[in-house]
Amino acid sequence: MQEVTQATMEFMKQYWAPLVCGLAIVAVLPLIVGYVVLVERKIMADMQARLGPMRVGPHGLLQPIADAVKLLIKEDIIPDDADKLVFWLAPVLSVGAALLAMAGLAIGPAFQIAQDINVGILFVVGVSAMGIFGIVLGGWASNSHYSLMGALRSSAQLVSYETAAGMALVCGLLFAGTLNVTSIVEAQRNQGIWFGLLAPVALFTYLVASIAETNRAPFDLPEAESELVAGYMTEFSGFRWSLYFLAEYTNMIVVASVATTLFLGGWLRPFSETRWLNFIDFFPPLLTAVIGVYCLMRTPKQPARVQQLFMLAVAGLCFAVAAVLASPVLVPIAKPSLAAAVRPFYAGIHGGFWFIFKVSAYIYFFMWLRFTLPRYRFDQLMRLGWHFLIPLSIINVLLIGIAMIVGVYYHLNGWRLLLATLPASIMALIIALFILALDQKGEAQKAPSRAPDSYA
Amino acid sequence: MLDQAIFYLFAGVAVVSAILTVTRRNAVHSAIFLITALLATAGIFLELRAEFLFIVQIILYVGGIMVLFVFVIMLVNLDVAVRQLQFARQKWVGLLISLALAAQVGLMLWSSRKIPGQGVPVLNAVPADKLPPNSEEVAKSLFSSYLLPFEIASVLLLVAMIGAVVMAKKRT
Repeated sequence: MQEVTQATMEFMKQYWAPLVCGLAIVAVLPLIVGYVVLVERKIMADMQARLGPMRVGPHGLLQPIADAVKLLIKEDIIPDDADKLVFWLAPVLSVGAALLAMAGLAIGPAFQIAQDINVGILFVVGVSAMGIFGIVLGGWASNSHYSLMGALRSSAQLVSYETAAGMALVCGLLFAGTLNVTSIVEAQRNQGIWFGLLAPVALFTYLVASIAETNRAPFDLPEAESELVAGYMTEFSGFRWSLYFLAEYTNMIVVASVATTLFLGGWLRPFSETRWLNFIDFFPPLLTAVIGVYCLMRTPKQPARVQQLFMLAVAGLCFAVAAVLASPVLVPIAKPSLAAAVRPFYAGIHGGFWFIFKVSAYIYFFMWLRFTLPRYRFDQLMRLGWHFLIPLSIINVLLIGIAMIVGVYYHLNGWRLLLATLPASIMALIIALFILALDQKGEAQKAPSRAPDSYA
Repeated sequence: MLDQAIFYLFAGVAVVSAILTVTRRNAVHSAIFLITALLATAGIFLELRAEFLFIVQIILYVGGIMVLFVFVIMLVNLDVAVRQLQFARQKWVGLLISLALAAQVGLMLWSSRKIPGQGVPVLNAVPADKLPPNSEEVAKSLFSSYLLPFEIASVLLLVAMIGAVVMAKKRT
């Protein structure tokens, strides 16, 4: 009996923190995703000179909650000819893989669920790639042609772009020398330079491949509504559909976090080791304070009393966050004796801010592309992947490897490593242009009489 | 104790889903159970603190090979395949081979049960936090002591890849 109690205690000590964090992620992530969707709609509206959702709450701030309630109380339809079990399993698999991948990420030095996984970044990539089964099986189980087409396109697309994404990651990992998420960011701190600057071509390759992997526009062919209704999601409704939606946006956050960790310095401030640029620390509190002031200015313009109060609450929240962010910067100035005590607090809070800031910027870029570029045709997508991106990424790994050898030979590190990697990147760019020219020439020689095979 | 419980859980899932893989008539269901079996095996690797093997199993088998499997299952016409007789032809040979394999494994387990530290490796001989980083160790041994076999294997894979490309090209 005592043994069991002791084992339980041991278990709790070892696992309660991850358990609580995991539950928090599962509980909070749908809310975050809801607001990402709201932000996306707002950005879309802004780019198209509209207002976007405005009705529920001030500036539509409560729209995600209304949407969630609507989705939850919708009728749950399962087609008669569907494979019931797989139909039930598929969305769960999709969202489960996406959430599990979140566990491997480190949002700041303190916030990581699975502490110090030795194979961290591989874990995130591998587990999030498993989400494809949710899409494929869901498309198959619906027993509908549109769904099956969407599923087939999706798996073909993922297999094609996974290679390019992996090769891009290899470039970053060459600099880091480790797979551990925390150590990767520490390596960037020690080098004093983000790996994205050392390997810009790899960053670009990963960006394109990650858009394709998350099935986002302009590569959203699995759910191209003009051809396939909604692709693999056609037969899904209500809660199941929202699970797919959750998985898609979670995957976006995951790929953005991987890129942030490996290429954009993770939770590090820009120029984190340069003393005379320490004033950048004032940016996070200032930014949130400015947002708060803007909310205050807008408050009198709200039509109803409730909305005014809500706006005030948002402003208050912004000011509270600004105060929390400002405290570790201002305290050492006021009382230098407390500087050491504030240090870990500073690392955690500001690290979290910078990580979320970079992830948001990356996701904003996704959205920007979505509302700017028209959708590709499926054969164009495949050609881009196989004829351009994969050769480019492989050549880039080769060139970056050579640059690393040169760097080790001449003892280059930090910014001086750019001396070796910059020529490599330029060479990769030239080769990329060469590949593009070659590909276009080959395309021009081919007889263009055949109709495009839009069903893959 | 917890370790053992987790091991038996994973082992049970692996065995049951492996059996279901060969007994299901529907190819997609078989594929799902094969994925489950592979994932359970990956879980056992993780239980043994072989993180690198764990993640390679997931990326390679689950994320790579099984995606292609499912893709092909959906591309080919399964109605024809279901009507054909598929497995049963070599029932006795299969039984014989699996019995021989089971006897081998059983003999190994039986003969090594009395000598600790030899034959079957003892679980948790080293505390988990004292273990050297897993992927680094794999890389070191691959690129130092086993460099030649590693290179031969990669050349073999390259040959297979080029062969596949050549065969695919010939048809068009």
